[in-house]
Amino acid sequence: MEKNYGVYICKGCSIGDLIDTDEVIKETASTTKVPADKFKVHDTLCGDEGVAMIKADVAAGVNCLTIGACSPRVKYEEFDFPGTMVERVGIRELAVWSAREAKEEESEYYSPTLSATDYMVMGITRSQKGDMPEPGILDDLTDRIMVIGGGMSGLTAALDAAKVGRDVVLVEKEASLGGWAARIYKSTPMKAPLDTLIDSPVFDLIKQVEANDRIKVYTGTTIEKTDGQPGLFDVTLSNGQTEKIGAFVMASGWKPYDHTRLTHLGAGLKGVVSSVELEDMAKSGELAKYKKVAFIQCAGSRDENHLPYCSSFCCGTSLKQAKYVREANKDATAMIFYKDIRTPGQSEIFYKSMQNDPGVMLTKAEVTGVSESGGKLFVEASDTLLGDSIKVEADLVVLATGIVPSTAAPQQYYDGLTAIAAKGDEAKAKYLEETPKPETILGLQYRQGPELPSLEGAYGFADSNFICFQYETRRTGIYAAGCVRQPMNMAEAAEDASGAALKAIQCVDHVAKGIAVHPRAWDATYPDPQMTRCTSCKRCTDECPFGAIDEDAKGTPFFKINRCRRCATCMGACPERIISFKNYSVDMIGAALKNVEVPEEGMRVIVLACENDAYPALDAAVQKGHKLHPGVRIIPVRCLGSTNLVWVADAFSRGVDGMILLGCKFGENYQCHFVKGSELADVRFSKVQETLDRLQLESERCVMMQVGIDEYDGLAGRVNDMVQNIEDELGPNPFKGF
Amino acid sequence: MENQRVLVIGGGISGLTSAVELAEAGYDVTIVEKNSYLGGRVAQLTKYFPKLCPPVCGLELNFRRIKENGQIQFLTQSEVSSLSGSEGAFEASVTVAPRYVNDKCTVCGECAKVCPSERSNDFNFGMDKTKAAYLPFNQAFPHKYVIDRAACKQGCTACADACKYGAIELDMKETTQTVKAGAVVQATGWQPYDHSRIETLGAGKPKNAITNMMMERLAAPNGPTEGKLLRPSDGKEAKKVAFVQCAGSRDENHLAFCSYICCMASLKQATYLTDQYEDATADIFYIDMRTPGRYEKFYKEVSSRQSVTLTKGKVAEIIEESNGDVTVVVEDVLGGKKLRKTFDMVVLATGMQPSGAAAQVPGLSYTDEGFANAGAMKEGTVAVGTAKAPLDVARSVQSATGAAIKSIQSLVGGNK
Repeated sequence: MEKNYGVYICKGCSIGDLIDTDEVIKETASTTKVPADKFKVHDTLCGDEGVAMIKADVAAGVNCLTIGACSPRVKYEEFDFPGTMVERVGIRELAVWSAREAKEEESEYYSPTLSATDYMVMGITRSQKGDMPEPGILDDLTDRIMVIGGGMSGLTAALDAAKVGRDVVLVEKEASLGGWAARIYKSTPMKAPLDTLIDSPVFDLIKQVEANDRIKVYTGTTIEKTDGQPGLFDVTLSNGQTEKIGAFVMASGWKPYDHTRLTHLGAGLKGVVSSVELEDMAKSGELAKYKKVAFIQCAGSRDENHLPYCSSFCCGTSLKQAKYVREANKDATAMIFYKDIRTPGQSEIFYKSMQNDPGVMLTKAEVTGVSESGGKLFVEASDTLLGDSIKVEADLVVLATGIVPSTAAPQQYYDGLTAIAAKGDEAKAKYLEETPKPETILGLQYRQGPELPSLEGAYGFADSNFICFQYETRRTGIYAAGCVRQPMNMAEAAEDASGAALKAIQCVDHVAKGIAVHPRAWDATYPDPQMTRCTSCKRCTDECPFGAIDEDAKGTPFFKINRCRRCATCMGACPERIISFKNYSVDMIGAALKNVEVPEEGMRVIVLACENDAYPALDAAVQKGHKLHPGVRIIPVRCLGSTNLVWVADAFSRGVDGMILLGCKFGENYQCHFVKGSELADVRFSKVQETLDRLQLESERCVMMQVGIDEYDGLAGRVNDMVQNIEDELGPNPFKGF
Repeated sequence: MENQRVLVIGGGISGLTSAVELAEAGYDVTIVEKNSYLGGRVAQLTKYFPKLCPPVCGLELNFRRIKENGQIQFLTQSEVSSLSGSEGAFEASVTVAPRYVNDKCTVCGECAKVCPSERSNDFNFGMDKTKAAYLPFNQAFPHKYVIDRAACKQGCTACADACKYGAIELDMKETTQTVKAGAVVQATGWQPYDHSRIETLGAGKPKNAITNMMMERLAAPNGPTEGKLLRPSDGKEAKKVAFVQCAGSRDENHLAFCSYICCMASLKQATYLTDQYEDATADIFYIDMRTPGRYEKFYKEVSSRQSVTLTKGKVAEIIEESNGDVTVVVEDVLGGKKLRKTFDMVVLATGMQPSGAAAQVPGLSYTDEGFANAGAMKEGTVAVGTAKAPLDVARSVQSATGAAIKSIQSLVGGNK
C-alpha cells in the first residue's frame, strides 16, 4: 500500500499544558523524516471538530495515521477510520499524566516534551514499518464439524450445529449411541419438579440425531489419525474411511475409576459394588431384593492415593440411587456415609426431599473399613454425626466412585514419553516397547504430539485454564465438552456441548475469512516467515504454544496458519528474525527502539508491556496519580512471548540503561492467553547474559516483572525503584554518546 | 436487519460473554445494562477462585473484543420496559436513564474536583462516599463519568462550568429506544440476599457483621479502604474473622436453594485475610463444604493452612458486643458441643438471589423464586448465568457461550 502519512497531536487533557508541541513536531519530523507539514495539532482531537479534521484528511488520501492523544484503550469509536492504518500513541497517560516533574522542574534530559517526542517517534516508526493486514485465506476449506463421542455432550453438540445449518460428522466408539446416559436407569431431575426422577433424556437426543439429515453418524468407530489444520483437517477413521473436517468438538467422555482398587473399602467382597454397577442392578430389577444398602461417598476420590479431585456428581447420583432403593422396596433403607454432600444450586431441593424420606439416613463420616462376617457386610466409620465410632450392617455396599476423563491416559503416556526422551534413545525405546499405548482420541499428526497437551493441575481433564473463557484449548479448532473437560452432571454436559459447538462454528467461519480465533478474533495478520534464511533450529516449532508449526520431510519448519493464534511467540523465538506479521515485526519494534533519543546524561529504561495485562495496569496507575520516572519509555507488545533478544542489543547498543519486561503472572495459575508468553520471555532473558556479555554490560540491567492488571498501586513504585537501582548500582550505560 | 440481531438483557459477565460470542459468530448485538458500567457483579469482586486472578483481566479482553468487533451496541443505565413479539421478531422498549454526561467526557476528573455534593457509594455497598459527579470505579467501562442528580445541590452547575469539553448536560432527559431483535438472552444476574432479613444472624444491625460481597470490596484495591481489611465500626484491623456459611441459604425461611459459590468464596476470602495479616485467623462454620470437581484442590490448600479452621455446625446466633466485636454461637455437630467464640469481624456468606426476585422484565417468564423459568421459556429467549440458576463465573460463562448458539438457532429458524 502506498503510504500517505498524517500525524495528529492532541493538546487536551493537560497535554498542551505540559508539552511543547512545536518542539515535538520539529524533533519527530527530523528523526522519522515525515515532513512537518504532515503534522497537525488540535485542542480536543476527540471532539467533533477534531475528528472531522482527520476525516477530511482521510477523504483526501491520508491512509497511515499516527494519533498522539489518550490511551488506545479509550475513544476507540472517535478514532476509527475504516480503510486506514491507525497507530494510537497514548502520550496523555505515558508522557503527561505520568510526569512527576512540573514544567518548572524540567531538565534538559527529562521532560514531558522529551517523553512525548520519543513516543511520537516510536509510533510513527511503527506506522512506517507496518502494513495493512491482508487475510491469508487458504484453498479448499471445509466448514464441516466433527464431533468425537456420542453421549449427552456429543449428541447435543451435533444437534446444535446441525440446527444452525452445519454439516456434522459424529464418531462414536461403541456400537450404539448414548454413552453413560443410556446406561443409567433414571436421571436426577433437571428442572421442576425437583424431587422426581426422570427417564434419561439421551434417548430423545439419539432419535433426533438419527433423524437429522445434516448429521452423519459412525458407530463402532474411532479416529485413526488427523492431518492438517482448522478448515483443512483430513481425518482417517478406524474403518478406513476419510472425512474432510473444519473443526472438532471433542466429547470423548470418561470412564469410572477402577473401584477394584478400593480394597480398603471392601472392594472384592461379595455385595460390594460400584455406582455404575448399581445402575445396572436397578435396571435389571435385581436391586429390589436388598434391604439395607450403604453408600460410601468419595470412594477413591478427594484422596491423594486415588483421585485427588472431586467428581462433582457422585453425591447427586447416590441420592438418586437411594431413591431407587426406596422405590424398589418400600421396606428397604439406604444409608449414605459422606464427607460433604455436594448438591449445589437447585439440586439442593432434591437433596432436601431425600433428607425428608425416613428410609434414608445420612451421616458425615470417615469410613474406616468394610468387612464381611457371617454373610453380612459391615461398614465401620469414625467422626460421625451419630458418634465417634459406629459399625453398621448392610447387605449391599455401593462405592460412589469418581470419573477419569478419556484424555487422562493419553496425557500420562505422552508426558511420560517426553520425560523419558530426555534420558536418551535407549530409555525412550524401552518406554515405547513396555508401556501400553492409550486409545487414540484425536491422533493429530502434529510435531508437538497427537493429543491435547496436559494442563498442569487439571488431572488429565481437557479443561481451559481460563475461568472467563471456558473453551480455550491449546489446539486451535478443537473444543472439549462434557466430562472429558470437567466432572459434570448430564444437564451440565449438554449445556457445555452447546458452547463447544458454537466455538467450533466460529472457528471454521473465521478461518474462511482468514482471521484468527480467540483471543485475537479480529486479527487478519498471519505469520509470514522468510524461509530462505531459516536454519531449521526449530525454536519456533518447539515454543509455539499451539503446535502451529510442523516440519516437512527435510526438517524445515512448516507453518500451518489456521492453527495460529497470532501471539508472535515464534517471532520472538527466532534467532534469525525471519518471522513477521504484516503489522507486527521484529524490525518494527527494533527500529522504534533505535529511534529513541538517548541524551548523554539521564536514565533511559525501556519497558516492554503486554497489551492485555501490563499496559492497562499502567493506564490505571497513572490515572490514579502515580508517577513514573521520566526516563521510562513504554512499548506495548502483543505478548511478552513475542520479545526477540535482538531488541536487547538494539536498545543497549544505543545507550539505553535498562530494559524491563512487564507481563502477566506465570506458573500453575498462569494468566497468559498464549500459555507461556511471559514465562518464555523470562527464560529467554535469563539467557540474555550472552548478549549483554558481548556488549560488556551487566545482566541486572534486564529484568522481568510480573504484574496483575489489578496491581496498579504498587506498579509505578516497582518500575521506578528498578530505574533508580540501575542508576545507583550499575550507573549509566557506557555506550551512551557513541 | 432485526432477524440478525440479538437483544442481551444484562451486561454482566454472562451477558457480555453471550454478546461477544454472538458478535464473533457474525451477528449484531444490543446489550441493555441497568448500571452505568458493564461487568455487573464480577466488577465488584477482588479475585476469582480458584486461580485468585483479577476479574478485570477477563473483562479487559471482553471489552477489547467489543471495541474491535463493531457489531455490539450497548446501552447503559437502561432497562427493558416492555418486550413483545416472538421468535424471529421481538421488539423491546428500552428506557435509557440520563447519565448527564455525554461521549465527550475525557475522564479528566475536573467535575469531581469541584463538585460540592456527596453520595453513598453503592459500588462499595455504602461503605464510603463519592462525589455526585463520579466514575463508577477506576477501571470502569465505558470509561466516562456519571452524575447522580438526586445527590446534587439545588441549582448547582459547578461540574458543567468546570468541564472544558462540553461533556456535561445537566438537563439530559430520559429517553426511550426501540430494539428489534430475532432472539433474546436473559442475563439479568443476581443481587446479594438482604442480610437484614436474617433475624438469627443479627438482622443487619451488628456493624462488623458484613456480607461476603462487602468483604470483596474491603479487600479490593479500588475499595473503600484501598484493600486494607479494616472493620467498619472503628477501622480496626480485622484479624480474627469468622465466616458463617449458608447465611440465609438452604433455608425455607429465606433462600431454599444453595448458592453454589459461597463455600469457595469464603475459602478465597480466608486467603485475602491470611495473606494480609501474618497473625490473622479464619474460622469457617459450615454445613457442607461444596467445592466440587477441581475446586477440591483449592479447598485442600486453604483448609490446610494453620490459620484456617473449619467447623461443621450451623450458626444459631450472632451477638454484637459493646466494643464492636461479634460473638458467634454455633453447635459443633461433630464435637457434640455448643461453641461461643468472639471475633473482630464476621463475614456472613449470604447467597445469590436472582434479580428477578426484585424486578422482572415484562414479557419474560419467571419462577416463584425469581429465576428464569427454564420449563416455560418463551420461544426465542434463553436464560444465562445467575438469572437461570446459582452459578459460579466458570459455569456462567459456559452457559452464556452455549446460549449464543441457541440464539443463532432462533435467528436462522433452526428450531422449525
